[in-house]
Amino acid sequence: MAKDLLYYLIFPGFLFTALVGAIFSWIDRKVTAWVQFRKGPPFLQPFYDFFKLLLVKETILPARGSKMTFLFAPLLGLTGAALASMLILLPAIGTKPGFNGDIIVIFYILTIPSLTYIIGALAAGNPLASVGASREMKLIISYELTFLLILAAIIMKAGMTITIHEILAVQTDEGAFIGSISGILLFIAFVFCIQAKLGLVPFDMAEAETEINHGSFIEYSGQAYALIRLTRYMMLFILPAFLCTVLLGGLRTDGIHLLWTVLKTLGILLVLTLIRNTNPRVRIDQAMRFFFIWMNLLVIAAIILDYFNL
Amino acid sequence: MGFKDYCFRKSLWVFHFGGASCNNCDIEILDCLTPRYDIERFGMVLVGSIRHADVLLVNGSINQKDKIRLLELYSQAPKPILVVAIGACGCTGGIFAEGNTFAGPVDKIIPVDAYVPGCPPKPEAIIGGIVRLIEKTKKATRDEAT
Repeated sequence: MAKDLLYYLIFPGFLFTALVGAIFSWIDRKVTAWVQFRKGPPFLQPFYDFFKLLLVKETILPARGSKMTFLFAPLLGLTGAALASMLILLPAIGTKPGFNGDIIVIFYILTIPSLTYIIGALAAGNPLASVGASREMKLIISYELTFLLILAAIIMKAGMTITIHEILAVQTDEGAFIGSISGILLFIAFVFCIQAKLGLVPFDMAEAETEINHGSFIEYSGQAYALIRLTRYMMLFILPAFLCTVLLGGLRTDGIHLLWTVLKTLGILLVLTLIRNTNPRVRIDQAMRFFFIWMNLLVIAAIILDYFNL
Repeated sequence: MGFKDYCFRKSLWVFHFGGASCNNCDIEILDCLTPRYDIERFGMVLVGSIRHADVLLVNGSINQKDKIRLLELYSQAPKPILVVAIGACGCTGGIFAEGNTFAGPVDKIIPVDAYVPGCPPKPEAIIGGIVRLIEKTKKATRDEAT
């Protein structure tokens, strides 16, 4: 029991993921700055931002809105992110095998942060937040089917097992899934799903700073916004880690494999950052068409290729 | 106490309010975000919502209609909030000071922490103004402590 609590709160759950996520967020900002020929923020910037919001700023509650829901939504999102990090990382780094069917549970838990953004935005009683929430909802509807199909393809590749531990074992025996044509197609679709899940630029219409002023988060300030920032830091680490686990052969931490693990996750982060810096924001209908038609077709093609063992 | 203020100084998020401006100051403020000046080095980012802001930049002459909006923005901002008046119009009213729609320079409406005069001030001057502002908050906390 005490050990489970340790897993949840410190390693590899809440604290570890938050720290690594904050560093990932700094790398994301620094690479963005380099792409734009700037110098970029100092290394501790994500921590300064978080502690400023948490300790210094005032939290304003909406006058016309549900105050309790408004405050509890970020907390729930943080809980969901910590839970997802524990469920993904424990089997991924090989500390504990996990349970039968955990990939399905992770699929549901990964939607919790996005759902809490919607709940919090709708509780804020701000029209722009409602616009942001409705866009976030449409985005979830569009990428969730693709995400589920990707997981189905991965389960098929691993020989119909629904446990991350066994998926990793199959990859250790036969090489990572990305070493095939279908694996590469799945990787591309997965990267776009991560982009939409994180709300990074081609799919950031839910918070579009220049258009609807941070959309879903417009009314958040102080501690509540600090928790949202923390959730976003954590998601920035969890989703690349999940991609590594299911397609790139896991996150092993023994010996030289630790270096590969770090390089793999950083490589995925670099891909995400470069996509975010070289693309404009798309409209919500374009995003829906992109996922519903093109990404789903891509994943179905991958499933068919996988059927012929390509 | 020191840790809190240090974090606050290191991460000032800026919200830009342009009154009845001629747009020169707005352009100079945007210049601060460009690769040449890059205020993200100091942890400053331009935010779109006043709820996230730590610094309220006000430029342009404030007329009767702007006054209502400026007061509303100031009351909506989470405290502590710092206010910087930018440009001749923001500091004193400039050439609009005697106009019949003019509602007073910024410091008659809300408390101002730093002034950056000039028509328009150079980006270096704006960054210099913000550095002065940070030094002022440092000094204020030191005075409080003693």
